[in-house]
Amino acid sequence: MKLRKREHGAKAIRVISLPALCFFAMAARAAWADGPEATPSIFAPASTPASNILDLSWFVLAITGGIFVSVGGLLAYAVIRYRARATDDDSEPPQIYGSTQVELAWTVIPILIVVVLFLTTARIIFAIQDAPKPQVALDVTVVGHQYWWEFRYPKLGIVTANELHVPVSTRLEPKPTFLHLLSADVDHSFWVPQLAGKTDLIPNHPNDTWIDPYHTGVYVGQCAQFCGVEHAKMLLRVYVDTPEEFDAWVKQQQRPGEQDASVAAGRHVFETEACTNCHRITGTAAAGTFGPDLTHLASRTTIASGAARNTAENLHAWIEDPDHFKPGALMPAMQLNEEQINELVAYLNTLH
Amino acid sequence: MADQTLPIAGTVDVTPPRRSTAMLLEWLHGWVVTVDHKRLGILYLVYGIFFLLVAGAEAIAIRIQLAWPGMHFLSPELYNEMFTMHGTTMVFLVGMTIIFGFANYLVPLMIGARDMAFPRLNAFSFWMTAFGGLLIYYSFIGGFGLYGMGAAPDVGWWAYAPLTAKAFSPGHATDYWALALIVAGFGTLGTAINVIATTLSMRCRGMTLLRMPLFVWLMLVTSGLTLITITPLTAAQIMLVIDRYLGGHFFDTQAGGSAVVWMHFFWIFGHPEVYVLVMPAFGIASEIIPVFSRKAIFGYPAMVAASVGIAFVSLGVWAHHMFTVGMTSVGNAFFVLSTMLVGIPTGIKIFNWVATIWGGKIRFATPMLFCLGFLFQFLIAGLTGIMLSVAPWNWQLHNSYFVIAHFHYVLVGAIVFNVFAGIYYWYPKVTGRMLSETLGKWHFWLFFIGFHVTFDTMHFVGFLGMPRSIYTYEPDRGWNHLNFIISMGGMIQAIAVLIFAWNLVHSYLKGKKAGNDPWDAWTLEWAVPSPPPVYNFAADPVVHSRRPLWDLKHPEDPDWKYEA
Ligand code: HEC
Ligand code: HEM
Ligand SMILES: [Cu+2]
Ligand SMILES: [Cu+2]
Repeated sequence: MKLRKREHGAKAIRVISLPALCFFAMAARAAWADGPEATPSIFAPASTPASNILDLSWFVLAITGGIFVSVGGLLAYAVIRYRARATDDDSEPPQIYGSTQVELAWTVIPILIVVVLFLTTARIIFAIQDAPKPQVALDVTVVGHQYWWEFRYPKLGIVTANELHVPVSTRLEPKPTFLHLLSADVDHSFWVPQLAGKTDLIPNHPNDTWIDPYHTGVYVGQCAQFCGVEHAKMLLRVYVDTPEEFDAWVKQQQRPGEQDASVAAGRHVFETEACTNCHRITGTAAAGTFGPDLTHLASRTTIASGAARNTAENLHAWIEDPDHFKPGALMPAMQLNEEQINELVAYLNTLH
Repeated sequence: MADQTLPIAGTVDVTPPRRSTAMLLEWLHGWVVTVDHKRLGILYLVYGIFFLLVAGAEAIAIRIQLAWPGMHFLSPELYNEMFTMHGTTMVFLVGMTIIFGFANYLVPLMIGARDMAFPRLNAFSFWMTAFGGLLIYYSFIGGFGLYGMGAAPDVGWWAYAPLTAKAFSPGHATDYWALALIVAGFGTLGTAINVIATTLSMRCRGMTLLRMPLFVWLMLVTSGLTLITITPLTAAQIMLVIDRYLGGHFFDTQAGGSAVVWMHFFWIFGHPEVYVLVMPAFGIASEIIPVFSRKAIFGYPAMVAASVGIAFVSLGVWAHHMFTVGMTSVGNAFFVLSTMLVGIPTGIKIFNWVATIWGGKIRFATPMLFCLGFLFQFLIAGLTGIMLSVAPWNWQLHNSYFVIAHFHYVLVGAIVFNVFAGIYYWYPKVTGRMLSETLGKWHFWLFFIGFHVTFDTMHFVGFLGMPRSIYTYEPDRGWNHLNFIISMGGMIQAIAVLIFAWNLVHSYLKGKKAGNDPWDAWTLEWAVPSPPPVYNFAADPVVHSRRPLWDLKHPEDPDWKYEA
């Protein structure tokens, strides 16, 4: 009987430790990697706010871990040591009603711990939240929409969607990006774990946050405040470019939409169907703002806020019925015929 | 039974023997019109356990959908309805009803009273709450949404504005949510008033405030907190309905309303609400742990002070749910400090429970197993709470699966564990029969293992960046295995709960006879027969200490000699 019990215990430990092992393997892999990861772990920071937070986290984890081991240890010891035994007589154990000294001790020690934790935390709050904005900082306005992101670069005259491009920021040439967060409809939250903690986008309540990624690459994240049916597919991609790449990207985005005569049929469909009510393509009659700006659609890797890769088939499927990728997305299926859709896709593919 | 009755005045059973010739309808009628606190307590508990099964089924549906990436088990709309209804049900229809069930049944018995202070208000409150529950579930068929189909609320149990505005939530699902909670809220207020009046004015002779069992103390504090917190919730719901139907602009951001004001209203209710749920669970543990350790509770006055302290501080921490909303740095720092301060009285409680066990002779019956599980899990829940209170870290952890793990450690690991403990402990009093210990042990171990498989793992996917409230996730994010493990743990817990449900039914019919005092316990409810007669005590009992039955059983060494 005793043995069987012990086996159960061992099994339980294995079941519990499996996820922990899985996790630590992944966390360790991420922590050693420099730069973007497929898994957006908070243990793989690549920007000052995220790494300040991680340093603070280790400190808090050490203190709470210490408390866990000592109090948990006392509890485990008491449960094992003071179990009733078969050899016990019927008498009751000595009754102890309390002790003022002991109560005092275990009130004062936690107070001291709280003081230490609070002061360390407050320091990091002020360091991140009240960081002064340097002259060189890039400004981006982020507007949350139901299930997609709008990015405006007010000083550069760029409007794009879903894929944020920022320059890398190095110690020698710091170039942080300051994000001004707005919402067009409901609450959203901007969260790219490797770069910074999240900050909400709330209508009538502008917020600010900043990042200074120090490794190039694509960082993933997603909306972190429930915003409706397709909240799960409101994904985020942040492209951290070298200064040269970034300048090239800016130049390209500043050009008006390319107008290729060979796809005029597609442009005609776009301009005569309701597309123009919701989408903008500079240089054409399309000036809608309800949906993403499509002026440089072909320069993006994904469509529909990361719900699908930007390929001809996916564009076709999207225009035919957006519910195919994102059931509940706020773009209607337009009931176009096959030919119209093909022409549209051909046109959209030229919008570099 | 008379021979088993302990010689406390008034425990002699003088009810005429009940004849079971009543017709089914008469029997049913009896339950509907009852104003007896014990019957209402049972109604609350049965109602709560029923909805525990319903909301549990919703949780399983959620976990099937998330077991693999890109699953099509639930549509996005249905998924959102499921997590909204799961949260709303668990908090308002399971948590609140079960704690008030315990309060109704036990408070009068523990303080030597014959009933609650206002028996009719008591019945009214139960039926209001019950009707609120029916109303919100009726939305599944009656909530005519935009497309003419039934639609349950799908805005999250926190229902942030302006998603709840007419523009973003057409149809009536959100109305059902708001109205049902207003209705249920009035029921809750009624019971809170009742518990306060009962504990303050119905105690038997000798039962001073500082001799009340800790469970009664915690129910008193909880009820006070309930009065304070349900009010802003009800106010906010009324404002929401005004916005939706009378053109108000409280939360209508398009007309200059404020989304942030809703958050403040919701969390000034929402944070204390979690204490409203957990304090009665503390009360249950404070009754069971001493009895099964065979020792008096350690530091009773400190326990009372800590409970009042927690309630007080918990009224000033609500905005720790809003660290990402963009408060000033000073505002953030304030709520960091106030939140961390809650940890101090909470720590005191944990230490006192451990000290109670220390030096005892622990009997590992099922109620005690659940309470020990509670102690272990609540320790961890408190520590993850401290992690969340560190605002910068919270910017990462907020709205991720880490938060889900934290509050399920509290809601399940602490509250549900103690509710199970309480049911195993008092079921013999309520029904006169013992629950099966064998099934109980199966229930405990499966539930304990399932709980840890599920909720320990959730912390880790949270660290890896998985947000909450998403109906699916990308397959390349490295979350697949962990999510599968989480879902499997959910299944194990479901099996455990089914064993529990079976145990309840089976033992009711076939269980061992309990007698008055099967656990050799010390509080007044164990002095009366099981089940207690309608009037509880034929004559008012008189007590001299916190453990009247200890004094009777140990006349050579009574408590009143030592109590300060
Ligand atoms: C009622 C407004 C509306 C109309 C009309 C509309 N769209 Fe959209 N469109 C949207 C919205 C909103 C999105 C973003 C959906 C999302 O990601 O959730 C979108 C997204 C897109 C995207 C993906 C953009 C990106 O960067 O990810 C393309 C391409 C697109 N629409 C093409 C079209 C075409 C072509 C038409 C006309 C046939 C059209 N849309 C008509 C609202 C509209
Ligand atoms: C030591 C005690 C505790 C501390 C320090 C603490 C701290 C916190 C913090 C800071 C959050 C906000 C997390 C976030 O949204 O980012 C939170 C969330 C939550 N806590 Fe606690 N907590 C404690 C105890 C409890 C108790 C006793 C309960 C329930 C009985 C509870 C239930 C919840 C719930 C339900 C949420 C999530 C709310 C939501 O966003 O839906 N917590 N806790
Ligand atoms: Cu969202
Ligand atoms: Cu809280």
